[in-house]
Amino acid sequence: MSKENKSPNEGQNLATVVVVTSGKGGVGKTTTSAAFAAGLAQRGYKTVVVDFDVGLRNLDLIMGCERRVVYDLLNVIHGEGSLNQALIKDKRQDNLFILPASQTRDKEALTFEGVRDVIADLQERFDFIVCDSPAGIEKGAMAAMYFADEALVVTNPEISSVRDSDRIIGMLASKTRRAEEELDPVEVHLVITRYDPSRVHRGDMLSAEDIQEVLAIPFLGVVPESKSVLIASNAGIPTTLCEENDAGNAYFDIVDRFLGHKLPHRFLVAPKKGILSRFFGKE
Amino acid sequence: MSLFSFFRRKEPTSASIAKERLQIIVAHGGRRPSSPEFLPQLQKDILEVVRKYIPVGEDQINLSLDRKDDCEVLELNIAIPDQTVKPPPRTRF
Ligand SMILES: Nc1ncnc2c1ncn2[C@@H]1O[C@H](COP(=O)(O)OP(=O)(O)O)[C@@H](O)[C@H]1O
Ligand SMILES: [Mg+2]
Repeated sequence: MSKENKSPNEGQNLATVVVVTSGKGGVGKTTTSAAFAAGLAQRGYKTVVVDFDVGLRNLDLIMGCERRVVYDLLNVIHGEGSLNQALIKDKRQDNLFILPASQTRDKEALTFEGVRDVIADLQERFDFIVCDSPAGIEKGAMAAMYFADEALVVTNPEISSVRDSDRIIGMLASKTRRAEEELDPVEVHLVITRYDPSRVHRGDMLSAEDIQEVLAIPFLGVVPESKSVLIASNAGIPTTLCEENDAGNAYFDIVDRFLGHKLPHRFLVAPKKGILSRFFGKE
Repeated sequence: MSLFSFFRRKEPTSASIAKERLQIIVAHGGRRPSSPEFLPQLQKDILEVVRKYIPVGEDQINLSLDRKDDCEVLELNIAIPDQTVKPPPRTRF
């Protein structure tokens, strides 16, 4: 599907703002933001991924550009540097840019007007703006979701993560620009990460179906619990820019479904172990 | 096989317990029918009836409402304690 069909800002040629959020920390928001943004860029869309985790930035590490950070989001907001100076162009993918967060300031420095102006500026230049939200429901998380057109709600198959997602879904429906201006609501999508189908099969992990039923929002797909994620983060390469791997493939499916393609779901059942791998204990 | 072992269901998995707990606490009541208010009372009433025949405790009965596609399933689990058959009381003449 073309971007014109996808974008809620249809006709204006403005970027679609997508927040990656969860409430709970450590569920895979930053991993997802990086892989999703890089995946959109790989599909030909000019994409910027913005780190809203002020004070605890990590996206730069996952994207492998930590040594290229000079100016950040807060410098731009407070007029200490221009957007052009702060945007980092990815070295591997021409369509991909990163706007890092500040390491030193705290979240209170994220002003509403400042974020609004930066987003508005980015909307003129990109097709997609992916906002990596910090955990929690405080200022940073609220700023990351406020201007969103769509949201990826990242959830682990674990009870506290599901409840936090439920709270965040409520906030997306009430505490965003779209809610306050009575526009079409933020389009929310469920992304389940760190999924282990073999544990689901044994009955000791919530299934994707269970989580969909509890949260009752459209489902984009699962990302399996995968060793590739740590290897990718060690190297500073989003999983969708690495050599082919299961997490990267799962994220590409999620990107393609987000873009409107109908794809059968994968990674919902555990791969059968072959005889050889059973003997040698490989995975 | 006794009639009672028919009632004895498989232990619920930890995942199904998690799901049940979540369904009670999630906030979006308006988006899906939450479990009806009469459920606890129904559970008490059933317990009373069952107790006329079998000695079971409060915590050995569990009632839950599930949704499968577009139909609701009311599930009743009663754990029945193992009954050791007692010899008839001694009779003296
Ligand atoms: N699919 C996955 N498989 C294995 N580990 C994962 C997966 N997704 C995330 N992780 C790991 O979980 C941790 C938290 O991920 P991160 O993306 O930083 O979460 P958040 O941004 O929500 O705090 C990291 O160590 C990351 O490598
Ligand atoms: Mg993070």
